[in-house]
Amino acid sequence: MQTPVEPAIDVKVDSFELVEGTSLWKDAWRRLLKNKLAVASAIVLSIVLVAVIIGPLISPYTYDQTNPDAVYMPPSAAHWFGTDQLGRDILVRTLVGGRISLLVGAVASIVSLVIGVSYGAISGYIGGKTDEVMMRIVDILYSLPDIFLIIVLLAFFSKDLIILFAMLGAISWLTMARIVRGQVLSLKNREFVEAARSIGVSTPQIIFRHLVPNALGPVIVYTTLTIPSVMLTEAFLSFLGLGVQPPLSSWGTLVQEGVGAISVYPWHLIFPGTMMAGTLFCLNFLGDGLRDALDPQSRAD
Amino acid sequence: MLQFILRRLLLAIPVLFAVLTVSFFLVRLAPGSPFAEERAYPAAVIAKLNEKYGLNKPLPEQYLNYMNRVILHADLGPSTRYPDRNVSDVIVQGLPNSMILGATAYLIALVLGMGAGIIAALRQNSGVDYGAMAAAVLGVSIPNFVLGPLLVIGLSLSLYWLPPARWGDFSHLILPAFTLSALYTAYIARLTRSGLVEVLRSDYIRTARAKGLRESVVLFRHALRGSILPVVSYSGPALAFLLGGTIVVEKLFLIPGLGNFFIEAANARDCFIVVGVTLVVAVMLLVFNLIVDIIYALIDPRIAYK
Repeated sequence: MQTPVEPAIDVKVDSFELVEGTSLWKDAWRRLLKNKLAVASAIVLSIVLVAVIIGPLISPYTYDQTNPDAVYMPPSAAHWFGTDQLGRDILVRTLVGGRISLLVGAVASIVSLVIGVSYGAISGYIGGKTDEVMMRIVDILYSLPDIFLIIVLLAFFSKDLIILFAMLGAISWLTMARIVRGQVLSLKNREFVEAARSIGVSTPQIIFRHLVPNALGPVIVYTTLTIPSVMLTEAFLSFLGLGVQPPLSSWGTLVQEGVGAISVYPWHLIFPGTMMAGTLFCLNFLGDGLRDALDPQSRAD
Repeated sequence: MLQFILRRLLLAIPVLFAVLTVSFFLVRLAPGSPFAEERAYPAAVIAKLNEKYGLNKPLPEQYLNYMNRVILHADLGPSTRYPDRNVSDVIVQGLPNSMILGATAYLIALVLGMGAGIIAALRQNSGVDYGAMAAAVLGVSIPNFVLGPLLVIGLSLSLYWLPPARWGDFSHLILPAFTLSALYTAYIARLTRSGLVEVLRSDYIRTARAKGLRESVVLFRHALRGSILPVVSYSGPALAFLLGGTIVVEKLFLIPGLGNFFIEAANARDCFIVVGVTLVVAVMLLVFNLIVDIIYALIDPRIAYK
């Protein structure tokens, strides 16, 4: 940027574009900060994140430490969330479970970002027969009853965390690919792409340097909404006994254990259940807030 | 239109073929056998059982036999989990229960969701709107396996209003149907609201009002028709999964539906039931998506299918 040989006019155009670029994101940021629910959700989520990372480290108990003298203890100063059927501390199990649940959400959204964005962008930009074939593949994968196939995989192969993570990632990229393809289709004939093509920028460069950054708004929004839905799927699989295996816990397994003891020891369900529902609630609100901020038209008010 | 339907039906054939093939090989390549139970059978018995179900042959032959049976004879095979029934019997037994439950839940979701969405859109940015939309996010956030037990504690174990589980008369339907509908109610409410808010600002609604139509006519004849499309497209996959057996709710409330049979079969490695039920769900998904596209064209005359 500060090379003196460059003509002055280029610098001007460059800096002009820079200002416009930042103001879009600044606008969005300002709109997001005005949305009190979204800000509150972000704060709660940060607290949850810190708690699940640090909590198990400073807790006097470990998630698999049993205590036959303290079975089904109600909440007390020693065990804030009470204990379960083996005398394990429910607070620390909820926090460790939160690690798994949030990790699942993170892994699936990274997979959906990497595969979904590249697939959709390439399909949309190349177009023609390639696009047709790539989108038919997505259509076919869409028609597979994915939950049933995941259950088959987990029930028949091994109830391995890696398989669980990979499967949840594998189903989460389809919608992302469609969204990005639609964005790229509407962008690829714009002047800036033509300009890039005319000065000989390579196809991968055009796709990933010019098109994808311009489609980032919907991508961010969809990612924030993917995380809660994947977390819900993980919880559902763990609830069926197919996800995370004991003694490790996830929010799904804790709720499942809680349901068994529901009428006599309600805290066993209520604490992990509230924690999970609260986190999902905040993620959904943050996703809605981001959508309103990045795409003001969609809010329609 | 007819051409469009035929094209879609044609496209469904490779999809169903893929579903059958993928699920068959997943199930058969997996370690473990349907006959490896707690009480170990003698090897001779297992060999005999494998022979009876044709599971002793090489895998490609098993696959060809199976496809041949499904496609040419419309026979989904025997069940190893329920030796006295074959897969078709299990589906005939489970599917109606799942469909009753799913259809009830869908109706609840449609009525409550669209009602809440319309009210929220008409009173936009009021307390009612924010309340309804917060409730909708809550509905998306509470997993049904948390909501179900909470309803059971409240309405059956404390108040004794409704039975907590099992399947029989109408009273058994209420709790599971409401549990199942919560998520869908929330989605439909959000879709209805955002669709309606956008349509209410459009020019043709202004025209309708300008020519002096009553507000109820404007809303129900003109606005709703334009805003209902997202709800329709969401309903396709939603109905397929609701009617095709909802594993968690059926398990929670001990309902003998398809989802319950499926999870039992998957745990018992009953390959024929697993593949059969997966096929049924895939067929329903295709059918409902096709119906949705047809309804689309009926509601919105601007959509034309080539």
